[in-house]
Amino acid sequence: MRVADVRARLERLGSGVTFHVLRLGFASRFLAYLVLHSGTALRRFHLTIAEIYFAGVLSLIIILVSGMFVGMVLALQGYETLQRFGASESLGVLVALSLVRELGPVVAGLLFASRAGSAITAEIGLMKATEQLSAMEMMAVDPVARVVAPRFWGGVLSMPLLAALFSAMGIFGGYVVGVQLIGVDAGAFWSQMQAAVDVRNDILNGVIKSVVFGIAVTWIAVFEGYDAPPTAEGVSRATTRTVVTSSLAILALDFVLTALMFTGGNHQ
Amino acid sequence: MNRSTIDLWVGVFVVAGIAGLLFLALKVGNLASFSSSQTYQVQAKFANIGGLKVRAPVKSAGVVVGRVADIRFDNESYEAIVTINVDYSYQFPRDTTAKIGDGVMLKNGDRLRLTQSAVVLENLISQFLFNKAAEGKPEAKEPAK
Repeated sequence: MRVADVRARLERLGSGVTFHVLRLGFASRFLAYLVLHSGTALRRFHLTIAEIYFAGVLSLIIILVSGMFVGMVLALQGYETLQRFGASESLGVLVALSLVRELGPVVAGLLFASRAGSAITAEIGLMKATEQLSAMEMMAVDPVARVVAPRFWGGVLSMPLLAALFSAMGIFGGYVVGVQLIGVDAGAFWSQMQAAVDVRNDILNGVIKSVVFGIAVTWIAVFEGYDAPPTAEGVSRATTRTVVTSSLAILALDFVLTALMFTGGNHQ
Repeated sequence: MNRSTIDLWVGVFVVAGIAGLLFLALKVGNLASFSSSQTYQVQAKFANIGGLKVRAPVKSAGVVVGRVADIRFDNESYEAIVTINVDYSYQFPRDTTAKIGDGVMLKNGDRLRLTQSAVVLENLISQFLFNKAAEGKPEAKEPAK
């Protein structure tokens, strides 16, 4: 009895691992196929532009508003701590570095995953469930090239711009609260920020992070949509999985990228 | 929505995104300072550079006049060679500590002779302790003999 029980559990564990490894393999193959067949999306660029509108422009409001609030909260909290050490002039450095290095790419990526990634999954999944993708194949139109690739490139191109706007908006929010509301000196706020933020080490690395997150989120979103079981329940599960997986992917990738960028480079 | 409206909004989005990036690079970062201006290189040898890093600002009287370009170790003198890019608009006398205003200015490729190492607290403490120990040695040794 007990041996059979243990055996059944082991089998379930093994099949679960195999299933996920298989899915990862399929997802990688899917990404390779997608990149190789994105000629249409780049030649007929208006397809991609429509997706940039969908993923980027329509996410602007949430990105700008949350960036503003994150910056304002950072300024309030940072001032509270910094003034204890008499360093409240460094508020600009704190706000800018936290936003440009970490919060901009990460929070914008999380918002992008839940705002645009879930929508991409639901759209592709529903197209599959209503057999629109099969119909395209019948007409000798490759659904990956026609439907998936424009969404992928639209997301990948939108994400760095959204992250940059998030950081810029956050710094503006920090300026409003720190300088206008609390009364930190405006000159010290900007000049200390400019002295401490390095274009290559901080800003470029933040942009690289946001590009990586953009690729990860959109890849997961289009794959989950394409792989979704063609039922209402399957699409809803795929949408949930997109948000969960891409959030985890963003946070894990952020750790790896931060370890690569900011601990190795500083010990020269 | 028709295509031109979408194009318009995407254009606005891309312009805003690039403006955000430019804002980060120029206003938040320090790309604008000393990136386009002409510089001349001088070298300085230090016995200890402490925590000095490449791209650190070089200040004179508190004003940023240049940036550290390179830090190397000299195998012959066992000292650190720090290469500094100084902005052309700032000229410094060749021997700043001894004679100010003798007219000979540092030029490209010159080497600073008088340098002061980084103050490392541990070294100061250990020097102090060793001196104390050395002072105390004769008295401590005599009863032992």
